[in-house]
Amino acid sequence: MKLKIVVVLTMLFMGVWAMASAQESLETIAAPDSIQAAPLPEPAKELSAKDAPDDHGHAIDVTWAKSPDDGERLKNVIGYIVYRAANPDGPFEARSGLLLGTTSYTDAGALNEGENDFMPDYQDYYYRVRAMTQDSTVFADSDIFGPVQSYGQWYDKGKTAVLLLVAGFLFLTIFFISKARGGAELYVRRLAGIEAVDEAIGRATEMGKPILYVLGLGTAADIATIASYTILGRVAKKVAEYQTGLIVPCYDPIVMTVAQETVRTAYLDAGRPDAFNQDMVYFVTNQQFAYVAGVNGVMLRERPATNLYMGKFYAESLILAETGVVAGSIQISGTDEISQIPFFVVACDYTLIGEELYAASAYLGKEPLLLGSLKAQDYAKAGVIILAVIGFISLMLGYHDFVDFFHVTG
Amino acid sequence: MNIFDRMMSLDRRWVFLSLAIVCVVTYLWDFSVPITISNEVKSIYDRFDSLQEGDMIYMSVDYDPNALAELHPTTYALAEMCFRKKVKIIFGTLSNLGQGMVDQVIRDIADSVSHDATYNGVFYKGREIVNGVDYVFLGYKPYPAMVIQAMGLDFRVPFPTDFYGTILDSIPIMKGTKNFDQCKMVIDMAAGNVAEMWITYGHGNYGVPLALAVTGVMGADMYPYLGSGQIFGLAAGLLGSAQIEKLCNNPGRAMDGMRIQLFAHILIIFFIVMGNVGFLATRNRNKMR
Amino acid sequence: MKRQLPLMLVFVFGFAMIIQYFIPHQASEWVNAFFMDWMMIIGVFALALGIWSLTKVSWDKVKYKKSNWQYAIVTLAGLFLMIFFGFDYFRHFSTPVGSNNYMYVKFYQHIVIPIQSTMFSLLAFFIASAAYRAFRARSLLATLLLIAALVIMLRFNPLLGPLQPIMEDFSVWLLNVPNLAAKRAIVIGVGLGMVATALKVILGIERAYLGKD
Repeated sequence: MKLKIVVVLTMLFMGVWAMASAQESLETIAAPDSIQAAPLPEPAKELSAKDAPDDHGHAIDVTWAKSPDDGERLKNVIGYIVYRAANPDGPFEARSGLLLGTTSYTDAGALNEGENDFMPDYQDYYYRVRAMTQDSTVFADSDIFGPVQSYGQWYDKGKTAVLLLVAGFLFLTIFFISKARGGAELYVRRLAGIEAVDEAIGRATEMGKPILYVLGLGTAADIATIASYTILGRVAKKVAEYQTGLIVPCYDPIVMTVAQETVRTAYLDAGRPDAFNQDMVYFVTNQQFAYVAGVNGVMLRERPATNLYMGKFYAESLILAETGVVAGSIQISGTDEISQIPFFVVACDYTLIGEELYAASAYLGKEPLLLGSLKAQDYAKAGVIILAVIGFISLMLGYHDFVDFFHVTG
Repeated sequence: MNIFDRMMSLDRRWVFLSLAIVCVVTYLWDFSVPITISNEVKSIYDRFDSLQEGDMIYMSVDYDPNALAELHPTTYALAEMCFRKKVKIIFGTLSNLGQGMVDQVIRDIADSVSHDATYNGVFYKGREIVNGVDYVFLGYKPYPAMVIQAMGLDFRVPFPTDFYGTILDSIPIMKGTKNFDQCKMVIDMAAGNVAEMWITYGHGNYGVPLALAVTGVMGADMYPYLGSGQIFGLAAGLLGSAQIEKLCNNPGRAMDGMRIQLFAHILIIFFIVMGNVGFLATRNRNKMR
Repeated sequence: MKRQLPLMLVFVFGFAMIIQYFIPHQASEWVNAFFMDWMMIIGVFALALGIWSLTKVSWDKVKYKKSNWQYAIVTLAGLFLMIFFGFDYFRHFSTPVGSNNYMYVKFYQHIVIPIQSTMFSLLAFFIASAAYRAFRARSLLATLLLIAALVIMLRFNPLLGPLQPIMEDFSVWLLNVPNLAAKRAIVIGVGLGMVATALKVILGIERAYLGKD
């Protein structure tokens, strides 16, 4: 009896176990249906494309809205690929790699025919954006957008702020020049360095020693060098009148030719064309420290009474100025290189700082044209200060548009 | 003349002699000094560290032999880091003596990269770097502002061939490389106003990410550009180079030079203090009279 | 005409380049590239002028035995030897083969580099003597300058011990706040001055470069 119960219970147990196993395998067999058909994600929406603004053409900006499945766990869209074709039926080629975390793309190509990836302007393009999942075989394409054409712009709107400021500055310059021409007295504060030039030239004449004029290491296109020519012209005229020697060693060949012309004309104006010697103004070298070595040699051999450093200077400024101190020369300097101003201040008797060098031409001649432009410069600076204060206040109040307007792109 | 007058008006030749002695002694006596890393230098290293194999950068070597001591170590450390990581480099120079500098860098780094090395815990197998595949050297052209603007349009405008006369289109590394758009960044090692030209024309016109390594004197001038975001990193002077070497785990002449600079600074401070003591003592004495 | 023509050219090309800045179109970029090519060509021709000037001045010194004429021989010898080596003993004129010329490389590495480095290193000595002379506490402003100089020099000095981080923080503040403010102000002033001077040159108001005031 007991044996029968055990057998029955065992068979029952085995039956239950078998049924359970069958259930599992049924579920296992059922499972492949859920893997086979992966649900497709929703495509990107609101696809739009237009010519990239404010550029040289050959570029189109493509934008779209995220797929509703972007970031969803089950049908997770991880990124997008932009496709382009020349007609709506295709073939579409991929223009981007997998774009992550963005809903815009600039499709740009080469400018010239024959180049790799040439993208001609004024040609119809059609775009499509593909929403990609982790599985590269599971994706969804958006609607096609097009036609759209690329073309270059003739005006960069991002530079409007610059245009307005330049126009404003031009207006101020013309206004003050007219005012100066009309006889108005325009006040310019005293520039000690420029006033000392006459005294320094007189000193050189009394001592019978030459004057050394260094135009700096700038090119003829540098504003500091252009300002220096004006001062050189005045100095050369005085030197010609007083019959003092003048030495002008040059760093740049073009600067040398212009300086020769400036000095020649100054001697002509002073009525002493015969006294001009072209070798007064000569080219040394266009190597920075070789030039310094050459000028230092001149200082220590010729022992000029006055050294004038006007223009662009770099690391050699202190070497020049200290050697001038050793040679016992009176030294007047002027540069717009901010890093070198401290060295000149320390070693020279007078220093023109930054824009004082540019103002020297107006200060020396007191001509209405030059004085007017100097005044315009000062008012423009005041304008910049006002704009900076307005920008600061607007940022504090949370308005970014004013500052963004002055953010120049391109 | 009492002691305070002498302190105030010491002959400059004593200053020169003292400085020379300090420099020679600290050069001959080999010891290292701790180097603190600044944020602006770390930014440069982090950006280089994030470069991947196959990325391309533009390295502008715009200095002459006179700035060699301050800037060469930066060039060496960063160029070697790029070659080890298989990052491609376009070398250029806007200084007419810079060609020799670039040539020297390429020769020395090629030799170094050919040996196995471990930097910051990463092992790099030695390999040969090939001109045209790992790097290209464009050479030199005058008028830096114009060259930078031209390169922003197309490298081929100012440089139809590389420094060695090979047409740019036939160089493998230049296929598909037109201008700064294909470069992850530009690093400019400069000793003159070329740095500001890169800011104005390189970053300003073309928006290329720009880092600067400049001489110590120029360093303070570049902080406005760092603050405004026009440059993303700045390494100034020998200290900047030493920091770069430390970050790259590639000690060289800059880290050696720091001990000399440290004691030279201490000597200069000593003379400044001495001069001020003499000045104040003399002024007080004159007041009392 | 001698003065009118350059002024006209400056006006026309100056305004053309101003307008070009605002036009992003490809045609405008072509104009920019065209002018840049010409600037580079003119720059190279100007170098020839400079070499002529240097040769003439040095030759005259030697010919007429002016003072220190011996140095002029060294100048001329250096100039022509480097040209000779640079053109690979006058065998290659149109390729940069000469930059690998043995003598050119040796001269560059063993003469040019040491001499240029030496000249630059003079700065260290001159800075020391200038600092000793200039950093005196004559007034409040001079004292502030002195303190700022000391802080910047000592900011990474490990011998300061626990004071070093304080120095470093203070120096970072000095560089990023007052230094930045002052430099930005000077840069804005210089920038406006440059615009003003450039406008004066374009409009023909500033004519010193033409040689007559």
